[in-house]
Amino acid sequence: MGRYVIRRLLQMIPVFIGATLLIFLMVNVMGDPIAGLCGDRACDPATAAQLEKEFGLDKPVWQQYLIYMGNLFTGDFGTAFNGQPVTELMASSFPVTIRLTIVAILFEIVIGISLGVLTGLKRGRPIDSTVLVLTLVVLSIPTFVTGLLLQLLLGVEWGWIKPAVSPEAPFSELIVPGLVLASVSLAYVTRLTRTSIAENKRADYVRTAVAKGLPRRRVITRHLLRNSLIPVVTFIGADIGALMGGAIATERIFNIHGVGYQLYQGIVRQNTQTVVGFVTVLVLVFLLANLLVDLLYAILDPRIRYA
Amino acid sequence: MPEPLEPFDDGRAIDHTGAGGATDLAMEEAETLEKTPGGPLGTGPAGKPRSLWSDAWHDLRRNPVFIISSLIILFLVIIAIWPQLIASGDPLQCDLSKAQEGSQPGHPFGFNGQGCDVYTRTVYGARASVQVGVFATLGVTIIGSLFGGLAGFYGGAWDGVLSRITDVFFAIPVILGGLVLLSVVTSTTVWPVIGFMVLLGWPQLSRIARGSVITAKQNDYVQAARALGASNSRMLLRHITPNALAPVIVVATIALGTYISLEATLSFLGVGLKPPTVSWGIDISSASQYIRNAPHMLLWPAGALAITVLSFIMLGDAVRDALDPKLR
Amino acid sequence: MRGATHAKWAALATAVALTATACGGGDDSGGGSGADGTVSSSWGDPQNPLEPANTNEVQGGKVLSMIFRGLKQYDPKTGEAKDMLAEKIDTTDSTNFTITVKDGWTFSNGEKVTAKSFVDAWNYGAQLKNNQKNAYFFGQIEGYDQVHPESGEPTAETMSGLKVTGPQTFTVKLTQKFSTWPITLGYAAFSPLPQAFFTDHAAWLSKPIGNGPYTVDSYSKGSQMALKRWDGYPGADKAQNGGITLKVYTDNNTAYTDLTAGNLDLVDDIPASQLKNVQADLGDRYINVPAGIIQTLSFPFYDPAWNKPGQEKLRQGLSMAIDRDQITETIFQKTRTPAVDWTSPVLGEDGGFKDICGDFCTYNAAEAKKLVAEGGGIPGGTMTISYNADTGSHKEWVDAVCNSINNALGNNRACVGNPVGTFADFRSQVSTQKMKGPFRAGWQMDYPLIQNFLQPLYYTNASSNDGKYTNPEFDKLINQANAEADIPKAVGIFQQAEGVLRDDMGAIPLWYQNGSAGYSERVSNVTLNPFSVPVYDQIKVN
Repeated sequence: MGRYVIRRLLQMIPVFIGATLLIFLMVNVMGDPIAGLCGDRACDPATAAQLEKEFGLDKPVWQQYLIYMGNLFTGDFGTAFNGQPVTELMASSFPVTIRLTIVAILFEIVIGISLGVLTGLKRGRPIDSTVLVLTLVVLSIPTFVTGLLLQLLLGVEWGWIKPAVSPEAPFSELIVPGLVLASVSLAYVTRLTRTSIAENKRADYVRTAVAKGLPRRRVITRHLLRNSLIPVVTFIGADIGALMGGAIATERIFNIHGVGYQLYQGIVRQNTQTVVGFVTVLVLVFLLANLLVDLLYAILDPRIRYA
Repeated sequence: MPEPLEPFDDGRAIDHTGAGGATDLAMEEAETLEKTPGGPLGTGPAGKPRSLWSDAWHDLRRNPVFIISSLIILFLVIIAIWPQLIASGDPLQCDLSKAQEGSQPGHPFGFNGQGCDVYTRTVYGARASVQVGVFATLGVTIIGSLFGGLAGFYGGAWDGVLSRITDVFFAIPVILGGLVLLSVVTSTTVWPVIGFMVLLGWPQLSRIARGSVITAKQNDYVQAARALGASNSRMLLRHITPNALAPVIVVATIALGTYISLEATLSFLGVGLKPPTVSWGIDISSASQYIRNAPHMLLWPAGALAITVLSFIMLGDAVRDALDPKLR
Repeated sequence: MRGATHAKWAALATAVALTATACGGGDDSGGGSGADGTVSSSWGDPQNPLEPANTNEVQGGKVLSMIFRGLKQYDPKTGEAKDMLAEKIDTTDSTNFTITVKDGWTFSNGEKVTAKSFVDAWNYGAQLKNNQKNAYFFGQIEGYDQVHPESGEPTAETMSGLKVTGPQTFTVKLTQKFSTWPITLGYAAFSPLPQAFFTDHAAWLSKPIGNGPYTVDSYSKGSQMALKRWDGYPGADKAQNGGITLKVYTDNNTAYTDLTAGNLDLVDDIPASQLKNVQADLGDRYINVPAGIIQTLSFPFYDPAWNKPGQEKLRQGLSMAIDRDQITETIFQKTRTPAVDWTSPVLGEDGGFKDICGDFCTYNAAEAKKLVAEGGGIPGGTMTISYNADTGSHKEWVDAVCNSINNALGNNRACVGNPVGTFADFRSQVSTQKMKGPFRAGWQMDYPLIQNFLQPLYYTNASSNDGKYTNPEFDKLINQANAEADIPKAVGIFQQAEGVLRDDMGAIPLWYQNGSAGYSERVSNVTLNPFSVPVYDQIKVN
């Protein structure tokens, strides 16, 4: 197990370097960030040159990348154009996005798995078809449309929720945004669980358990569910990274000052340091979540042993 | 009745029975699953290709979901090529004095914020969406299968390098990559958007292709062919590709729908397609601001988009069901 | 509000959501009532550090307008520059100025505001090493080229033209005559700075200290800033409320939605898409007043295709093909006024605002088509209008302008909008002269002078002459007007220069932008100044 983890961690290094280099190059394609700093007029050339020097933008890209990575290992993520250290931006935005992600994951687990189990057990019945069609509808409407609709109906027309999340972003205000963010994955989880349950329902061990006379509830929770959850867990685990980085539209609609908003701001203002820093952390989250999922996999399925 | 499919165990079986040595494979299989909307698509059935495909076709012909979604898609493709068949107007003809007006004779869907006819624009919008969906899927499938297939087939160091490259692209959040890359694009065609989707979308297909190639490679007859001295290229083309294709096709079909939807999200964030290209994404994002005052402007393009995406997902679903003997 | 969210949901569910529930749901939007009540207001994350000489956009400007007072202050209603900290500003030759700073003013940390506070601040602002984006404001002062050379390292620490002559007096020497220079001193870049700014800069940035009617209570970057009334403020314009809470919104649509839901007191940038329902949502709690902002279409005169003799007819024709009335009414719901010149109505007739554009700014499809044809037609048959897509909802009006041109010319493919993803990239394309067709340009005045609307934008090689328009006749008239001591006469000459601009159609004036704002029932006496910034200190909490 330990050796396996170490091997996986070592494999992460090239991926991490590659991904940060990729995003660094992508951000550099965006062009001159200084031009946007002086409003509707051109920066005077002397100030522009001075700024470029200060942010190290006058050096070739590869050199910028090396310097950046060097700084990264000392915990220095650089400074945004408004003079704020990127780590400070992270400290304020990651907790918010983590809360939003937790809400979203909870929705995926609670609603997604319940619906999946229900439909998997009742395959072919009306409830199954209804849920299936519903998940298809959710999948086919872009998230931002769902978000805008819910905001309009629940927030403005009916006044059930606050249409905008306050800067503190407590859990209670993140329920609807979390649902919106989770919606597509929720549909996937439902369908994944449904298929998995339906498949395992006919497996030998379930038949054995039923034959032994175990109560139905016990068969479902202890035997069927445990085995059926493997692909679901894998999906949710990998979804963590996607949710955290993919909340740009949702955070914008609901005024959530999280990672997605900072990234959007960073891109719009061509703030290399912010974008690269945040993506670096997201890449790490993605890699670690994947590792975690694989380890969890072994727990759910004892037949798998990592050497 | 077609001849009954032999209960040939596929890669999926490794999940359940494999221990020890097969762990890596099992994990990859799981990773295949995780990115697969809707189910264990990685469970590519191996077995006898001809019977599998003809069997699937037999199933599909009787599946109403398949028939309906195919008909809708056929209709969409026709409209995408010849929009003037059902819309006589010019989507770029706009009269500001009619802005946001509702339905009226000759203009069943009303007018948008610029006073353009919503019906005409919705019909003409099909082209861009279908183009984005089809070409992005094509690109993703080609590159993904190539990388994944080679990684799976050759294994070892090849696999290590190719898989790490896949991981690099996989780790970049898609929408984020779109914002960064597309924010500097000046072209008004659909190609930059398609290019971006291919660039960040291929790892998904690559993983699936890799998983199914590994599975196919372990089949007895492939081993037999190898023992008989078949060349690598012959094995790839004649034996492995046909068997590994099924899960790739299924995922690609469903992905097609999500690419169309992604284009709309990119437009909402201001980096999608650009005028004079007419697209549902552009219209949805501009209408989304007027959602309170003129919901009809949003309803039609969003409805068209949803139906299109739905059709492709349903098609993929039906194909998957037909190709997956386990669920029969 | 924090703990009481659920209670509020219940309360809101019973209330009609569209009428802002001032008492029921308003407890979140600010605390207290009466003179001590606080007002919550929409905000955007300032782009640059909040230093006075480094803030060039309206979001940072809001904060500076609350925590700083300079020598001059522009009247919130008329825009007239009135003495604030200036006791007197004397000059005999329009080049050497002696400035006396009023006694009795302090910063909120107790430090006295002296002549040195100004001189140090200005020297800091001008110094190249400090990266201050408004440094060019000090460009008229002698010695600026030593502290801010166009290339290379600065050769001096301070400007030779600034001299402290007494505790409350200092002298300024300009490089050339500039009779209206004192009027520019109301701009935030000329604010005084306390010693704390220089001694502990990082601490100052995280919690700025100034001499205005408010002090910064808390500042969490990227999300909100709480400003508190400063009770020791010596000025006459004391804050009429207990404080202002500026809340960053990710999107101005969301801010407006929050206002209608009763969670916010003031939105000073109402998105165009909401204007249609603003009357129903807010009634008379909506203000729409002229501001010193003009929108124009600039041409890339550096592109040979757009710089041929006789093309002034093309540009004039395009101008006449734009139905300004229809667009300002439908797209902007009258928050823009069709332009008739290249300045702004806030200048007033005495200041130089006058219908100079005439027929060329009036929609006339037939004449437009004729003129465009006479001018050689649109280069290449199709033109783009470039704009940045990320902020400012420009897409709507650019599309509308293009549709208007297309309809007038009878060709649906004559004009098409060209969105550029980010403002930074847009500016970069503009300043590196990569535009292939007309592009949007907006000008917000720095100070209410007609000179500020013309010289920086259309004088040969001027700092904001993005299209590289040039006409010796225009330059000559501008020089002549600047040297003219008699103000009405100077204004007349500026208007002659505008006539030259019209005959060339060096840029198409589109419309004057209004400041628009909406507020909740909790507050009253909300106004916008000519810079479209809310006059925060005058807001009263009911």
